[in-house]
Amino acid sequence: MAKTNSVAKKAVVAVTGIIMILYLIAHMIGNLKVFAGRESFNGYSEWIRTIGEPAVPAQTTLTIIRIVLLTVVIAHFWAVISLWRQAKRARPNGYVTKKAVAQSYASRTMRWGGVIVGLFIIYHILDLTMGVANPEGPDGTPYDRLVAGFSNPFITAVYVLALVLLGMHLRHGIWSATQTLGQSNKRREKTVNLFALVFSVVLIGGFLIVPFSVLFGLVG
Amino acid sequence: MTATAEGTTFASGTASDPAMAKHDMTLTLRIWRQKGPRDKGRMVTYQVEDISPDMSFLEMLDVLNEKLILAGDDPVVFDHDCREGICGSCGLMINGTAHGRGTSGGPTTTCQLHMRKFKDGDTIDIEPWRATAFPVIKDLSVDRSALDRIIQSGGYISAPTGTAPEAHSILVPKKDSDAAFDAATCIGCGACVAACPNASSMLFTAAKVSHLGLVPQGQPERNDRVVNMVAQQDREGFGGCTNIGECSAACPKGISMENISRLNHDLLGALRAGARPKS
Ligand code: HEM
Ligand code: SF4
Ligand code: FES
Repeated sequence: MAKTNSVAKKAVVAVTGIIMILYLIAHMIGNLKVFAGRESFNGYSEWIRTIGEPAVPAQTTLTIIRIVLLTVVIAHFWAVISLWRQAKRARPNGYVTKKAVAQSYASRTMRWGGVIVGLFIIYHILDLTMGVANPEGPDGTPYDRLVAGFSNPFITAVYVLALVLLGMHLRHGIWSATQTLGQSNKRREKTVNLFALVFSVVLIGGFLIVPFSVLFGLVG
Repeated sequence: MTATAEGTTFASGTASDPAMAKHDMTLTLRIWRQKGPRDKGRMVTYQVEDISPDMSFLEMLDVLNEKLILAGDDPVVFDHDCREGICGSCGLMINGTAHGRGTSGGPTTTCQLHMRKFKDGDTIDIEPWRATAFPVIKDLSVDRSALDRIIQSGGYISAPTGTAPEAHSILVPKKDSDAAFDAATCIGCGACVAACPNASSMLFTAAKVSHLGLVPQGQPERNDRVVNMVAQQDREGFGGCTNIGECSAACPKGISMENISRLNHDLLGALRAGARPKS
């Protein structure tokens, strides 16, 4: 059924998008631990890996989160690509002249912006989770890797660019998901769009404050 | 002089006030010419003179066609019927926007777009709706029967026939009847599809789903209707909706995005309730 139903497929995009957003909220708040100092931040990293011990073996909770996120990312990507191809088939030859009347920049950058965010996520994991792409290497503590990375203006620039794109993705995505899940109406439209904007700015601001604090030597 | 009808004000204005007189225009038109469904098609440039600002866009094309016919050329084929904004057949992409929405300053159909919105010396690009589901028949004329098949796939509603029923026997809340009526004003012009970056027909289908789904008479088949109409729109080769909003902005009837949300709500509910499209 979902195979031929574009609306059901879009609902997959929306639900997986919302799950990723919930994760991002937790992730952003967790990152702010960096302001509590090296011990606190490394301790937080340790804590994520030991939740539930000794009732469950080490890393159980983290592994579950990772499996859920990976599934969700793949499902989001699969549904998006299949809708992208459907749209391409629906108008293979474009207009000679086409002008937008209403469309926002955020809505226009969902697809390529999403692809860039996807590539960024891979780089981000290699950088700060696995450490293999980090100047400090895989042996440093999480705190050292973070400081080493963001002290480099080039790396910080990559993060800023990706996060701004993610912010735009969410600005349109939150509104779009509300529509897709059938929860919008004329009365709510303004509120949903305002919420999407404020939420995206706060979330991305919360993420960006960390690399900027390192870059400007407030954390180090 | 105080007449409010635009035509009256303008006519009396021209007579007494030379500043208000608008002069006839000379325009350059770049028009999509395509001999038939299999022809590749191309933009062809024409000049038209003596275009009065009072003419409608279609009357301007009539002037061009008279000129072409007199010169022994093939006239430009375009669809039109009522020329009063109610039949939905006159859709054209004008300077990159459906029904010339980027020039009109408000919701309009091509037949209700007037030449006073353009300036002497303007170049105007005119193209057909472009979508796989709307194959070009010739020049600017496309086959929009895919929209009819979406309506058809929605099936029937169970309503008693025979003598007119007592009007008060089924009560409809005012709010619902207003919203249903707004949705029912869709004229099936296809501008939503033409304007959509995904070539999606969601706004059209959502209008059709809403106008029956909001009233009591539409309830018995509500679930089946939405799953079948969505399945048909996918089958016709339209794209999926990403809630960009170009459709609603281009719609001559101002059909709102909330109808799309309602369609999604109905569809997800119907699938959960076990409704499946007829194959
Ligand atoms: C942290 C990562 C991400 C989050 C939180 C996220 C979130 C969302 C949300 C909430 C939506 C709206 C769903 C809807 O319209 O119903 C969405 C849509 C979409 N996402 Fe993502 N997404 C992420 C990553 C990606 C990636 C990696 C791609 C790669 C292609 C992508 C491409 C898209 C596209 C094309 C849409 C549909 C566009 C639209 O509705 O206009 N997203 N995303
Ligand atoms: S929804 Fe509006 S733009 Fe689309 S077919 Fe109906 S009247 Fe035309
Ligand atoms: S000709 Fe009927 S709506 Fe334009």
